[in-house]
Amino acid sequence: MATMTIAKAINEGLRATLTKNPKSLLMGEDIGHLGGVYRVTDGLIKEFGDDRVLDTPLAESGIVGTAIGLALRGYSPVCEIQFDGFVYPAFNQITTQLAKIHARSLGKLTVPVVIRIPYGGGIGSIEHHSESPEALFAHTAGLRIISPSNAHDAYWMIQKAVECKDPVIFFEPKRRYWLKGDVDVESPGLSEDPFKAHVVREGTDATIVAYGPLVPVALAAANAATEDGRSVEVIDLRSISPLDFDTVEASVKKTGRLIVAHEAPTFGGIGGEIAARISERAFLHLEAPVIRVGGFHMPYPVAKVEEDYLPDIDKILEALDRSLAY
Amino acid sequence: MGSTQLPPGTEESLAATTALAAAPGEATDMVQLLGPDGTLGSDPIFSDYAKRIDPEKLRVFYTDMAKIRRFDQESTALQRQGELALWVPLTGQEAAQIGSGHASQPQDYIFPTYREHGVALVRNVDLAELLKQFRGVSNGGWDPRENNFHLYTLVLAAQTLHAVGYAMGVQRDQKAAAASDSTDPKAAVMAYFGDGASSEGDVHESMVFAASYNAPVVFFCQNNHWAISVPTEVQTKVPLSNRAKGYGFPGIRVDGNDVIAVHAVTEWALEHAREGRGPVLIEAYTYRVGAHTTADDPTKYRESAEEAAWREKDPLDRLEKYLRAEGLADDAFFDQVKADGDELAKYVRSTTHGLEVPDIRQAFASVYAEQHPLIAEELAWFEEYSAGFESDQEASN
Repeated sequence: MATMTIAKAINEGLRATLTKNPKSLLMGEDIGHLGGVYRVTDGLIKEFGDDRVLDTPLAESGIVGTAIGLALRGYSPVCEIQFDGFVYPAFNQITTQLAKIHARSLGKLTVPVVIRIPYGGGIGSIEHHSESPEALFAHTAGLRIISPSNAHDAYWMIQKAVECKDPVIFFEPKRRYWLKGDVDVESPGLSEDPFKAHVVREGTDATIVAYGPLVPVALAAANAATEDGRSVEVIDLRSISPLDFDTVEASVKKTGRLIVAHEAPTFGGIGGEIAARISERAFLHLEAPVIRVGGFHMPYPVAKVEEDYLPDIDKILEALDRSLAY
Repeated sequence: MGSTQLPPGTEESLAATTALAAAPGEATDMVQLLGPDGTLGSDPIFSDYAKRIDPEKLRVFYTDMAKIRRFDQESTALQRQGELALWVPLTGQEAAQIGSGHASQPQDYIFPTYREHGVALVRNVDLAELLKQFRGVSNGGWDPRENNFHLYTLVLAAQTLHAVGYAMGVQRDQKAAAASDSTDPKAAVMAYFGDGASSEGDVHESMVFAASYNAPVVFFCQNNHWAISVPTEVQTKVPLSNRAKGYGFPGIRVDGNDVIAVHAVTEWALEHAREGRGPVLIEAYTYRVGAHTTADDPTKYRESAEEAAWREKDPLDRLEKYLRAEGLADDAFFDQVKADGDELAKYVRSTTHGLEVPDIRQAFASVYAEQHPLIAEELAWFEEYSAGFESDQEASN
């Protein structure tokens, strides 16, 4: 068991991948000598050379498009998009090509490309550096989307993403990069299947579902609720597509109440999908409507007011109160 | 471009080729060997490559150009008769496609756009397979790995980046092969696109990446003069081949209606790429005689005189003139070519009628490579829903 930050865990996960899979390679802007703006790829170019760790030209569509070509040739590229808000120039390659090539070829071609995107707010940054575009990709069939919330998952989920034959978008909770945790480098445990949700805290009165950067917030809210005598279950979704509705459904059948929290705007977001699906699956078990806690329908606001935008402990507790009032 | 990258004499010639600004109408700044009158000229560099083409190969060029034109006519007719949802005609571009396709070797990999029926023919793709997409029974239709001919891509220019990435993979494979004394033949990649697609950002990014990594890729731009209804002049103010200079690799404009020159230039470019000397851009200066697709009407956006002028430069006519003048083919040959074309048309027509409509379960099965719970759930729902109709029918029987 080793203790490391999420950033270091991803770094170690990538190192393990590059070591065991000679066809894997990393590509992105500034990921080589600089080690990425968050140093997630720190030291890897020294160890594996610039044939395996490519400092690419500054062009997101180019990064993803050439990664598709490399994958078609039998390689396993892991791309880094420097920030969430810069993925849009690559949106076309991701949604019209990467997601569809397997289907278009009736399964004859696979494109095992992983796209790493540091995402989410709370870092006091400027425009385009704090967004949560996961729903835009989740709506596109053919992509898998995962987001770790702790170091152990980060270490294993990145490796599992590269092993997956499907394209995977790996959303990294950038404001948690320095969150330390225990990593069992010997055994993935529950991370063996990165597309399954984990119940990270058991409870009986209500369920909070979150993923990525909001998992620690959900846990803190659940802990705070114990002071009011409430027993709250917390689920770390880990995978946004596919969504592990079975785990959520089982929890709701136990608690009768569901709160979904994510940083992305609530309208048209993943929370709406979970609410709808759980209403269909467990309507008679619900004691209250599913409540969403998320961002407003606005461009991600300027950093000085982002605290008002982001879901925090109080917003989740307010939702919990509303749910419990039914 | 550095002189070390080019065979002796090439640099001067290419510099001359690329230095001229775009002139409206006739382009004179291009490589041409076989003129519209069917006489063979010479070129300081590419004549040597043309000499490699023996008479039998010339007859194959003619046969393939005639075949693919006949296929195009038949497919257009099938669309008009409601058998295809859409057709993308290539008439006029036969030399560009047959000439460049024949310059490729089996180990090379081709990324087409959606009009490269001639290249598909050369790469031994069953032409009936091409029609699956246009009949609405598949989004692809053939196994790209069988003939190293990728699926058509409808989003413009997306494939140019795939080609560069694939070439970067080839480059790595070749490096590994060299380390292991492998005798595998060296490979290159070809990316086809049109003058319209040249305006897309992906073409720019692909050329930046190709240059940065010295990728073994040949960009083959068929400048057919019209992006649906928008003329080339709106896409570029200079010959498209000039753009290569800005990226730092050779750009060559070739008469795209001259199958001999196209073959010579492409062969040179592919050798250049395979030998590790980096990318090349070829602009095949040609003309789409018909519509962009069967959905548009060229009479609304261009003069018939322009079409007529280009018909004078027809790629088949000029090769026929040459073959006859040189005594390399006779009436019997041309009659046979025509008969073979009609046979192909018959085959394509009957196969089209017989193309099987897929079961939607096939679509469920190919969204993901690995098991996916949402797909399983939706398929289960669909099965149950479908079974409901069957049991209703049984009940009413």
